[in-house]
Amino acid sequence: MSVIYVLLTISIIVAIGFFIAFIIAIRNGQFDDSYTPSVRMLFEDELIKEKSKKSILTKKD
Amino acid sequence: MNQHACFHCGLDASTTHIVYDEKSFCCQGCKTVYQIFSENDLTCYYDLQTAPGATPKDIEGKYNFLENTKIIEQLLEFNDDSTQIVSLYIPHIHCSSCIWILENLNKLHPSISASTVNFGKKTVRVTFNAEILSLKNLVTLLSSIGYEPFISLDDYSVGKKHIDRSLIYKLGIAGFAFGNVMFLSFPEYFEVGEFWLEQFKPLFRWLMFAFSVPVIFYSAQDYFISAYKGLRSKILNIDVPIALGAAVLFIRSTVEIMFDIGSGFFDSLTGLIFFLLLGKFFQQKTYAFLSFERDYKSYFPIGITKITPDGKEESVQVYDIEKGDRLLIRNEELIPVDCILIKGNARIDYSFVTGESKTVSKQSGDKLFAGGKQLNGTIEVDVLKSVEQSYLTQLWSNDVFKKDKSLAFTNITNQISKRFTISLLIIAVIATTFWLIVDSSKAINVFTSVLIIACPCALALAAPFTFGNVLRILGKKKFYLKNASVIEQLAKIDTIIFDKTGTITANKETSIAYEGISLSKDEEVLLKSTLRGSNHPLSRSLYHLLNEHNILTLDRYEEYLGKGIEAQYKQDSIKIGSAPFVGYASETATLNTAVHISSNNKYKGKFTFYNAYRKGLSQLFNKLKQDYDLVILSGDNEGEKDNLTKLLPTKTKLLFNQKPEDKLEYIKYHQSEGAHVLMIGDGLNDAGALAQSHVGIAISENVNVFSPACDAILDASKFNELYDYIKASKSAINIVKWSFVLSFLYNCIGLYFAVTGQLEPVVAAILMPLSSISIVAFTTIFTNVIGRKIN
Repeated sequence: MSVIYVLLTISIIVAIGFFIAFIIAIRNGQFDDSYTPSVRMLFEDELIKEKSKKSILTKKD
Repeated sequence: MNQHACFHCGLDASTTHIVYDEKSFCCQGCKTVYQIFSENDLTCYYDLQTAPGATPKDIEGKYNFLENTKIIEQLLEFNDDSTQIVSLYIPHIHCSSCIWILENLNKLHPSISASTVNFGKKTVRVTFNAEILSLKNLVTLLSSIGYEPFISLDDYSVGKKHIDRSLIYKLGIAGFAFGNVMFLSFPEYFEVGEFWLEQFKPLFRWLMFAFSVPVIFYSAQDYFISAYKGLRSKILNIDVPIALGAAVLFIRSTVEIMFDIGSGFFDSLTGLIFFLLLGKFFQQKTYAFLSFERDYKSYFPIGITKITPDGKEESVQVYDIEKGDRLLIRNEELIPVDCILIKGNARIDYSFVTGESKTVSKQSGDKLFAGGKQLNGTIEVDVLKSVEQSYLTQLWSNDVFKKDKSLAFTNITNQISKRFTISLLIIAVIATTFWLIVDSSKAINVFTSVLIIACPCALALAAPFTFGNVLRILGKKKFYLKNASVIEQLAKIDTIIFDKTGTITANKETSIAYEGISLSKDEEVLLKSTLRGSNHPLSRSLYHLLNEHNILTLDRYEEYLGKGIEAQYKQDSIKIGSAPFVGYASETATLNTAVHISSNNKYKGKFTFYNAYRKGLSQLFNKLKQDYDLVILSGDNEGEKDNLTKLLPTKTKLLFNQKPEDKLEYIKYHQSEGAHVLMIGDGLNDAGALAQSHVGIAISENVNVFSPACDAILDASKFNELYDYIKASKSAINIVKWSFVLSFLYNCIGLYFAVTGQLEPVVAAILMPLSSISIVAFTTIFTNVIGRKIN
């Protein structure tokens, strides 16, 4: 029956792990601005698109 | 793609013929920005959004104050040898292109290592190396690509801002504990009598206790503090029963598990605190990009150019200006102190102070007041008073600006909580006495049960969720409220006071009427050609009003400052300007602004400028007059009185020549007679009145740019919707009242269990979340119904 002690310990450690991650996220200011990141994450694609455009152009030349 | 729109900023580019890279531009400035971007592979800027840019303004010398090390130190967030961090407010940030370009600043200059945009606050945080790129050059760089930062005295005095994140911490902890306690108490809900579960009961219970400790001592601490403060000032606010309930929950649960009586109510306790904090979080919604607390500091520059006695220019901090200093004010700069004009032509725009958009011309020797904006080249002035003693800053020392309005009024929840708490205690006492007689072993159980179950979770949630949601809905309709208590105040209003200029009149539009002998075709052509050369605002408005004509090249053209213009073409001469200037002696004292015309020294007539009132003004006033007393308090003369009496309902009171202090006193007087006053204004001259009134609404043509301290900001385009907004606030109050009824029903059910001594933890655990969630659902649905109605 002592397996329940092991399980309990694991489950609480996992929960506390997530909790610490949450605290770190707040400290880093991830909750200060909830709008800009949603726009920012879309930019990566745009940058690649621009690069590929350029390579096509140079090929044409 | 529209060939006639500027590729960079979207303005009309059909007349300029500036073409670069097969794209048309409206001006050289826009073209230059495009060149900068295309050379640095940043043209992606234009892919994200069509024509996102702004024309860069000429800022020669404007940021010289950023060379002053004392000022730089105050502005920098972080300052080490080769790493500097600064946060700059850029009003132009408005779309995803802006975010993209500002976060790619490192491609424009190698010394910039990182830049992060906060879109909500319209700020960019730049990390750069000041050894290579000084702060002044950074600001110049941003300005050159059309993103001119706005640096004001406010940035200087506040220093490093501390961000308060405690509510998120508290909410996170409560949520974490709530979830875990729920899991741990699950086996007990089903009363599983199995041997091995029985064995672990104490362990599970003590774990729940451990999770609840931070909730009661950290997450819930605001409720205890507020309840204590309330009791000390003899007010039974809503936090009193909440704190009482939470404390009883914790103590009784701890006692129960200690003596192995039961499983305790830790699930209900953590759930209660979690839901309450959620409501607080929801209501806390603010508009980060708007500021409701602005005073003159937000508009004043940090530094100004001083001319030293030996003729050198030097940047000084505004607070360091002393009486007798000689200052240099450049075009478009704000005058920070009261002073005397010494050199140059001053044309001052006092709209910032008075709300009046017409500019005033001043000659050397005239007194200039702080807050005016110079619009006509560079001037030199002698300082009369320091910043703190200037007229404008004196306005802010009035006591009304130090009062916190929200403290002075009891909100709807606290009004009801007094009666609630008293009846709760009476029920608890009666039930306990009853059980003491019947079965004394149950008495203490019943007493604590009553306090637990009656804990007004649903009651406390009704107002935050209703008002929070209404706040958001109104925000979408461009009516931005400072906080939720403004909605309650707005619903009680019975008197509405309007400022005139800039509030019920549109700032940019004026209507012009001509009186006199009609002008011949030739005269009109000459008039138009003459006006073309003048930069005076009246000339500009008149020029745009006249029909299109061929433009003549004048033989002679002369502008007399403060008087008018004289021009000649072949045989014809024309004079445009004030009545004495054109030789019209019989001018009776009219109060409206007028421009007189004489042709070949013969008086022709005059163009009179009238205020153009906002669209829908009459309808709005006619709707409002049924329920409210309407007053117009104007700082202007009575010139528009006839016009206004025609336009507005007859019972509207009209008062003219009101100084800022008069407006404030007028409101104070009516408040002392029991009126609930709503003040609607726009300029700094209304600031005192806005602060004194129960609700002060600032009308703004551009919500990002200017508004004095107020409770709410209304976009000028939505002015005619005001009546609907006030009505919506009244409906919001009704929703809150109905939710109170609903939560009382839940309390009655709960009290039945409590009084009869049958309160099981599982009943509490079901009833509390159920009541909270149904209240949230109820308020959300009905506030959205209100939102629909506004349209």
